Amino acid sequence: MTMAATRTGARSAASAGESAPAPAGSRTTGRLGRRRPGGAARRSNALWAALFLAPTALGLGVFYLWPVVQTLYYSFTTWGPFGGHTWSGLDNYRQILHDPDLRSAFENTAWYCLLGLLGIPVSLALAAVLGRPGRRGVAAYRTLMFLPVVTMPAAVAIVWRWLYNGDYGLINALLRKVGIHGTYWISDPHTALIAVVVVGIWSTVGYNMVILMAGLQSIPRQYYEAAEVDGAGPVRQFFALTVPLLSPSLFFVTVLSVIGSLQTFDLVYMLIGRTNPALPQTRTVVYLFYQDAFIDNNRGYAAAMAFLLLLVIVAVTAVQFRLQRRWVHYG
Amino acid sequence: MASLDGNSVLVRLRARPRRRRYGPIGAHTFLIAAVIALAGPFVWELLTSFKSLTESTAVPPTLLPSNWHTGNYSSVFSGIPFRSMLFNSVVNALARTCGQLLFCSMAAYAFAWIEFPGRRVLFGVFLSVLLVPSQLLVIPQYQIMQSLHLLNTLPALFLPGMFSAFGTFLLRQFFLALPPELQEAARLDGANPLRIFWSIMLPLARPGLTALGILTLIWSWNDLLWPLIVNTDPGKMTLSAGLASLQGQYLTDYPVLMAGALMATVPVIVVFVVLQRRVVEGIALTGTKG
Repeated sequence: MTMAATRTGARSAASAGESAPAPAGSRTTGRLGRRRPGGAARRSNALWAALFLAPTALGLGVFYLWPVVQTLYYSFTTWGPFGGHTWSGLDNYRQILHDPDLRSAFENTAWYCLLGLLGIPVSLALAAVLGRPGRRGVAAYRTLMFLPVVTMPAAVAIVWRWLYNGDYGLINALLRKVGIHGTYWISDPHTALIAVVVVGIWSTVGYNMVILMAGLQSIPRQYYEAAEVDGAGPVRQFFALTVPLLSPSLFFVTVLSVIGSLQTFDLVYMLIGRTNPALPQTRTVVYLFYQDAFIDNNRGYAAAMAFLLLLVIVAVTAVQFRLQRRWVHYG
Repeated sequence: MASLDGNSVLVRLRARPRRRRYGPIGAHTFLIAAVIALAGPFVWELLTSFKSLTESTAVPPTLLPSNWHTGNYSSVFSGIPFRSMLFNSVVNALARTCGQLLFCSMAAYAFAWIEFPGRRVLFGVFLSVLLVPSQLLVIPQYQIMQSLHLLNTLPALFLPGMFSAFGTFLLRQFFLALPPELQEAARLDGANPLRIFWSIMLPLARPGLTALGILTLIWSWNDLLWPLIVNTDPGKMTLSAGLASLQGQYLTDYPVLMAGALMATVPVIVVFVVLQRRVVEGIALTGTKG
């Protein structure tokens, strides 16, 4: 029963956008105002609702919804060096399509998304091993593995810059022991992107692991017992039972991972930095946006860029929801 | 494994005790390796923060500092106004968290339990905010702060972050899970919605509130882009932005940088370790509920 409840929960979570209003409609008993259809009661309900909603509606309206409209408007303008802006129609968008920097930023961002997904099997393996019934020391392991998640990216980047250092970093020191001559990981254009991806995975593995462990716990033990009676070994059990039953959680984690990667900024800003020779190979769309909007004061162009990113996020997420039907099983 | 039933039973009988004996060792080796990879850098950070600059660049690196230098920590205080930044970070995180807990729970309650015209449409509008990346909003948000003359002030840090579509959605799920009879009974007893919300619904939604509160606290503490943009005056920065400027000053002076990074993360690590169960439960809840 509890399991069924969490499972449905997972679905509404993962598909927040499309299915959320449905449960609202299906549970109307007890909701204020249903029993008394009179005009006075309705008005009083509307008043109460307005009272409860006012702060959030105002805050979201001013700081989240109106800015979308404004950014859309700015994306059709050109900004002067001292702040004023003039209407320039589709110029920004035309320029964007031929901007080699943005193109490479999108390519880099795509790599962050794809390579970042490699963290999910790692998280799944950890969740499966740690979540096995009767495992000792779960809390201690979990706490330690979760540390990177709660640490601010700014601090994470400082530590990793040192680990990656080509001359006296720990990674190269360890490699030297096995006779490998390591490179300058974050300033070498060939390795810098991978280096950022590794840190990105490092800081999200614990988060994904916790979500997947919760998913694992909702799978009834009896399924495994039955599978064992049928002669399925651990590997077979994993692929025939765990993966399909866990697919809603896996889907959720995948969607989050991709959306997060599409917005990569902090790590590149702190780990790579403005003067790094590998910046063109690691710069993301959001980094370019920040640079255009707040360093070069080219806000109209940056606004157009942000809109393009929104379109990409919506499109990628929509595709994921489409593909979901092929591999995600809701109990 | 084996396809014949008799065989598989035999295999199982033999395999089982063996897995019990060796399984945990293999598993713990794997887990300890993961812990070294995930938590090891923190140990290294701590040790390096006590080394001298020359020792920190030694090849091969030393494990323990030969001399425990505390000077790196005082360098942090002379490099950046650490105390004000700590204060700013605390105010920022608390204001955002309190704001979200209050405002989101109010809105969530209305969406879950009050019937009013246009509810679905409005909820849809709220949800659409979830899809918009924060970068899209940053330019106009910055200009709002500018026109309110709030740049380089504390409120600039936390004002937009006090409202959240995600929080509203998360808490609404919690409110919806409560039994409708409660609301009905309270209403028949003559309680008005404010009272129902405050004395009945809020206490029952405590797990949700805790989860949202802790997540908001941690995210606000770690947020970088927004504080970096609105507050450029070092005395008004948060610690995350402060670390960026510390890195600008002490480019490769890693012991000082590590000391700064460590001090900036310790508060959130302490909160996490003390509340670790609730944090983990909260994260798991967002994965299954919100």
